[in-house]
Amino acid sequence: MTTMTKRTILSTLLLAGFGLLGATAQAAGEPLRIGLIATYSGPYADYGRQFDAGIALYLKEHGGKVGGRTVEIIKKDTAGPAPDAAKRIAQELIVRDKVSVLTGLDFSPNAYAVGAIATQAKIPTIVMNAASSAITTSSPYVARLSFTVQQVTDPMARYMLKEGIKDAYTVVADYASGVDAETAFKKTFTAGGGKVSGEVRTPMNNPDFSAYVQRIKDAKPQAVFFFFPSGVMPPAFLKVWKERGMEQAGIKLYATGEATDDSYLDATGDVALGLVTSHHYSFAHPSPKNQKFVKDFAADNGAKLRPSYFAVTAYDAMAAIDLALARTKGDTAGDKFMDALKGLSFESPRGPVEIDPATRDIVQTVYIRKTERVNGQLVNVEFDKFERVKDPAKEGAAAK
Amino acid sequence: MGIVIFDGVAYGMLLFLIGVGLSITMGLMNFVNLAHGSFAMVGGYAAAVLMNRFGLGFGLSLAAAFVVAAVLGALLEFVFYRRLYRAHPLDQVLLSIGVVFVSIAAFTYFFGPTMQPFTLPPALDGQVSLAGLEVGRYRLFLIVCGVLVLAALLLGLGKTRYGAMVRAAVDNQRVAGGTGIHVQRLFFLTFSLGCGLAGLGGALSLGMLGLEPSFPLKYLVYFLMVVCVGGAGTVTGPFIAALLVGIVDVAGKYYLPEAGAFLIYVFMIAMLLVRPNGIVAKKGLA
Repeated sequence: MTTMTKRTILSTLLLAGFGLLGATAQAAGEPLRIGLIATYSGPYADYGRQFDAGIALYLKEHGGKVGGRTVEIIKKDTAGPAPDAAKRIAQELIVRDKVSVLTGLDFSPNAYAVGAIATQAKIPTIVMNAASSAITTSSPYVARLSFTVQQVTDPMARYMLKEGIKDAYTVVADYASGVDAETAFKKTFTAGGGKVSGEVRTPMNNPDFSAYVQRIKDAKPQAVFFFFPSGVMPPAFLKVWKERGMEQAGIKLYATGEATDDSYLDATGDVALGLVTSHHYSFAHPSPKNQKFVKDFAADNGAKLRPSYFAVTAYDAMAAIDLALARTKGDTAGDKFMDALKGLSFESPRGPVEIDPATRDIVQTVYIRKTERVNGQLVNVEFDKFERVKDPAKEGAAAK
Repeated sequence: MGIVIFDGVAYGMLLFLIGVGLSITMGLMNFVNLAHGSFAMVGGYAAAVLMNRFGLGFGLSLAAAFVVAAVLGALLEFVFYRRLYRAHPLDQVLLSIGVVFVSIAAFTYFFGPTMQPFTLPPALDGQVSLAGLEVGRYRLFLIVCGVLVLAALLLGLGKTRYGAMVRAAVDNQRVAGGTGIHVQRLFFLTFSLGCGLAGLGGALSLGMLGLEPSFPLKYLVYFLMVVCVGGAGTVTGPFIAALLVGIVDVAGKYYLPEAGAFLIYVFMIAMLLVRPNGIVAKKGLA
């Protein structure tokens, strides 16, 4: 009992001491604290690794400073989609660590949970990945620099129509983003005169795709569009696709860029060759800005870790914070900061990006790419593009 | 129709190849080893690394996968598992699920969270015409492997002295010990064999499933299903169960894609209601 009280007194004293320290540091220009909520353990640990690498690269290029202040990144792990944990972490970051900005957020459920906290605390929150459309609608303090599922799906439907495809079959993973992709594809494709002749949703944990692929083979559609989260599902599907000789059967295959995610493309192997996908970033993007980005990234992380769209968004998120702080002259107050973010436009390694002043969502070029082997490496080679694509889900809502 | 059944059989064979080791450890030795998938993963990684980094052939890599998983199984048996043979099943669950989490973290640390690359050898790639059906070569190979493993195990457990000793020890450990059978050494060997089979199955799964550190948890439910529906402690039980699960799963997804994913669970419940002790309920015998 006595030890308990002693300990309590001690920690109170310590806390008081820290409080004092904090107060003095603030006066002398304390570092800008940014709370990074991401996945560092479990099957999606690659996401956190990519975020870290992107942030580190931006900070290195800018002398460790954003908006003229040194930056302190406070990293927290959610270990995957865990909205409750994300919410608790966001509260801790705001109350205890006194962060000025929240960022990271790889999974949509986490982003929704953190959005609610951001609204209460008026803390600007920048989404680095979560792709569910309504996240930016859910809180006025949330802006997104990644993409939405609809934003990359819609251009693919338009591209397929342009290629003269009239009859498509859709295959998606049975979860929120998969359904989003299915809906967005169908809407654009049928509006353009195409017909979706079949649609199937596969369970998330599906070891063998042979039944689905065989069904498609027997249905003989002109083309297939599929959406799976990046990771093990696309290669498993592509393996069966190749084994069944679908290409020889004359069925064309299209997907969103998750299927040929740069993080997994090497491991996917030759089954991905020739696949046409739509996405906002390929590490083979030919702009000088990207070439420098890729080179510096390799210098920091070795040639084995490719920058994926996670790394590039993390890099851009730091750029956006930097630019917004320049506009507000260092003020991180929620409303001012969000106003500064609105309408921001800059050159990212992926190409030109801007933040839509109305929706705080990203507006960017979506590229149509083909998987090819260049210098012995599998890469997504961009050959067509749709410029200034806004989130079509919100466009539709605005039109109504 | 033909191709759907063929695919189902091939998929079932893969489940059998990975799951049969679990039937041995769980059924014969009464050890609830949830870490079975970890040994399969060890085999898969061993084969993938040997092929990618050292350019070893596919056949040799399969053999190596068996050996590596068996050796690791032997090591863990010696250090941890043998202390818990007589413990409560919950203690065994706790230990083995702990092994699963440690293995996931360890593989993420050493190999990274992403998938292992794997290319099929050209001889097993593509399709081959068989009785009017265009079937995948790799799937055909899986079926051949499954039948070979089944035959080897049936012969080994049914006809050899080792098999007779295992069956005796399973029926009654004390009496078996009394007749001079070294039960602890026997279990040590049997556990290693079960882990080796898991490793072989894991390596064979490379051509179909993606191999990444979450493998042991992701497919655990399938291994358990095959063993429980088939009857733990037998070899033919899981074989029949794996074929049924494979065919029901593939056919369900082909004919009823909206409900297909749930069909195997319905099938499992129905089978367990009809035969709660498994299709082949007689322990130790084939």
